[in-house]
Amino acid sequence: MAIEGQRKHTLTALVQDRPGVLNRVVSLVRRRGINISSLAVGHSETPELSRLTFVIDGDDYSVEQATKQLYKLIDVVRVSEFAEDQVVARELALIKVRTTAASRSEVIEIVDIFRAKIVDVAPSSIIVEITGDEEKIDALMALLKPFGIREVMRSGRLAMQRGQEILAQREKSQASSNGPHASAPTDYEGA
Amino acid sequence: MKLTGAQMVCESLIKEGVDTVFGIVGGAILPLYQTLPEYPQIRHILCRHEQGAGHAAEGYSRATGQVGVAWATSGPGATNLVTAIATAQMDSIPLVCITGQVGRPAIGRDAFQETDITGITLPITKYNYLVMEASEIPRVIKEAFHIARTGRPGPVLVDIPKDVLTDLAEFIYPDEVDLPGYKPVMDGHPNMIKRAAKLIAEAERPLILAGHGVSISGAYEELKELAEKAQIPVITTLLGISSFPSNHVLYTGMPGMHGMAYASLAIDEADLILALGMRFDDRVTGRLSDFAKKAKIIHVDIDPAEIGKNVSPTVPIVGDLKRVLLQLNDQVQPKTHPQWIKEIDQLKERHPLVRAKDSDKLLPQHVIQEITEATNGEAMVITGVGQHQMWAAQFFRFNHPNLFHTSGGLGTMGFEVPAAMGAQVGRPDLQVWSVAGDGGFQMTMSELATMVENNIPVKFAVINNNCLGMVRQWQQFFYDKRYVATMYTHNPDFVKLADAFGMPAARVTERSQIRAAVEQAMAHDGPFLIDFQVEVEENVFPMIPAGQSTTEMMEDPIVEGAIWR
Repeated sequence: MAIEGQRKHTLTALVQDRPGVLNRVVSLVRRRGINISSLAVGHSETPELSRLTFVIDGDDYSVEQATKQLYKLIDVVRVSEFAEDQVVARELALIKVRTTAASRSEVIEIVDIFRAKIVDVAPSSIIVEITGDEEKIDALMALLKPFGIREVMRSGRLAMQRGQEILAQREKSQASSNGPHASAPTDYEGA
Repeated sequence: MKLTGAQMVCESLIKEGVDTVFGIVGGAILPLYQTLPEYPQIRHILCRHEQGAGHAAEGYSRATGQVGVAWATSGPGATNLVTAIATAQMDSIPLVCITGQVGRPAIGRDAFQETDITGITLPITKYNYLVMEASEIPRVIKEAFHIARTGRPGPVLVDIPKDVLTDLAEFIYPDEVDLPGYKPVMDGHPNMIKRAAKLIAEAERPLILAGHGVSISGAYEELKELAEKAQIPVITTLLGISSFPSNHVLYTGMPGMHGMAYASLAIDEADLILALGMRFDDRVTGRLSDFAKKAKIIHVDIDPAEIGKNVSPTVPIVGDLKRVLLQLNDQVQPKTHPQWIKEIDQLKERHPLVRAKDSDKLLPQHVIQEITEATNGEAMVITGVGQHQMWAAQFFRFNHPNLFHTSGGLGTMGFEVPAAMGAQVGRPDLQVWSVAGDGGFQMTMSELATMVENNIPVKFAVINNNCLGMVRQWQQFFYDKRYVATMYTHNPDFVKLADAFGMPAARVTERSQIRAAVEQAMAHDGPFLIDFQVEVEENVFPMIPAGQSTTEMMEDPIVEGAIWR
């Protein structure tokens, strides 16, 4: 990132499964001028609630603003930011690589080094499945590039806090005390 | 018992205490309208344009504190509401807009008068709904009103397909809403209250900056108590006007771009600012890096996203302003600041608002002053946006809360005509004056027909300078008087126009005629219009150019020692 103070932030939002909720979240982030570099959506452990994990580029101010604005969405129950050093973050990618009889074994060798998997083989291409952090996937792609990458599908970052703590507990304890909206301003309690 | 979707909408509105609806009928919303005769408790006012219906609902809400309701049909009916919805969103006005939608089978097929109104209004509503089952109507309407009126109020849109309005379902009105993601914080954090009280006790030059939150939360008395107890001068923002008595010794005017110079200068000198229910709009702060440099800031707002958005507070307090002030008043000790009050009095003397030049010409400031004198600070005033709005903000005086309403955040021209209509419907006991610009008036004047039809007795003061005055002023100051697209060469004859609508009117061209015309309007039992043909090149002073600070402030040239840069 060339802009000073900007870095990647991983946010997760627990949202009610209502029509248009993804649209609401994405539209809000866009409107506040923040770029989403990765987005993953799926069911959470609670029925009727979904979890969005997204990575945004920004300084601390814009991330704080994004968090507070997200809280204003009626469907958003909880927003958390992961501290980068306390997070397990993974992405899954499917990469279709051009191969010939001559190059195939070389590609397989690279895939093995990365502990990736080959999930489809065709006469002139193979599909590689890899799981890891963004850097690992980027590195594999760089090595495969000379062979010819025909198609790439990346899932976007999924993230989970290290250690015993789970988001649902955080969500529960906050909700029972002062409501989830209280969590945004309490950042200032000790300020 | 099973009811149609349309009947359920009406039943739900009655449960929410709605007695008035502004709207326009159309194909998709027809089933709802055809049900209205069954519900005489709901008064429907047929407007001439959906923007008018939306602003009227806003005016009704601003004047009464109740949720305003507007109805429109699908497609163009719904899109015409958009300006009013955006105005309400910017000014935190609770609205519930109900739009008809094409039938469910037609959705997504570009049917006649189909538009994606929930998509269009997504960023300008507090929430919106597309109701796909009749059985959902009671829950949705219950939630819509709850969301609109609680927390930081705002507009909610409910889009209902035509066949959902005719479907039958069991009507069960829920007692409570279940919105796990929406629980506004009402009470201030006790630690923060303690810290705020300590800062107030330590301050030598404290200043209150009171915003719209005072009237929204009904904290008029609590604000007065705090100001008097700790002897803190009170400045009000544009939407805070009338939230503190204009004749109070502690009242210190409005700050910002066209605020009183002494108010903006007082902010420069303060060592503590209590920002109460306001959001540090750029028209208030000017250049942020120069704003209130010597002051610590206590910021109270119900919306956590406003805290730290433009100005970083020393003490942030999230909560309902009235409840926070009750908490704070418990802990604040009586105090006086004679030296500070004296300094502010000196600022008021040295940088007065030039009340009105002693001129025979008809100046807009004269008009405002004479209306405020004739109505004795008891009238409700509605304005649009531009020069007339700023003169009204500067020169009207109000004895009671909630008497001044204007399109603040969005700055919507044309707001003043239908919003005054809605305000008058909500408060028939008050005299309502619409102070209009000739530009804005022409954007929404079709609602005069609605007012005549329903005998809604709004008094119109059209400040007619034959141009788009505020933009013309910018062109005079910043573009070397190149008046591009601001001067009208053929305005209509507003007196004849009023006559065509069926309402009496008067034309005023000289200063000496103002009072008689105002009194004539006040005495008339019905809507009345006065066309005040004022000086064209009159400017609003003081002026802090956009994005600048008090050092660049331009004061009226006739003030001695005025700063001209």
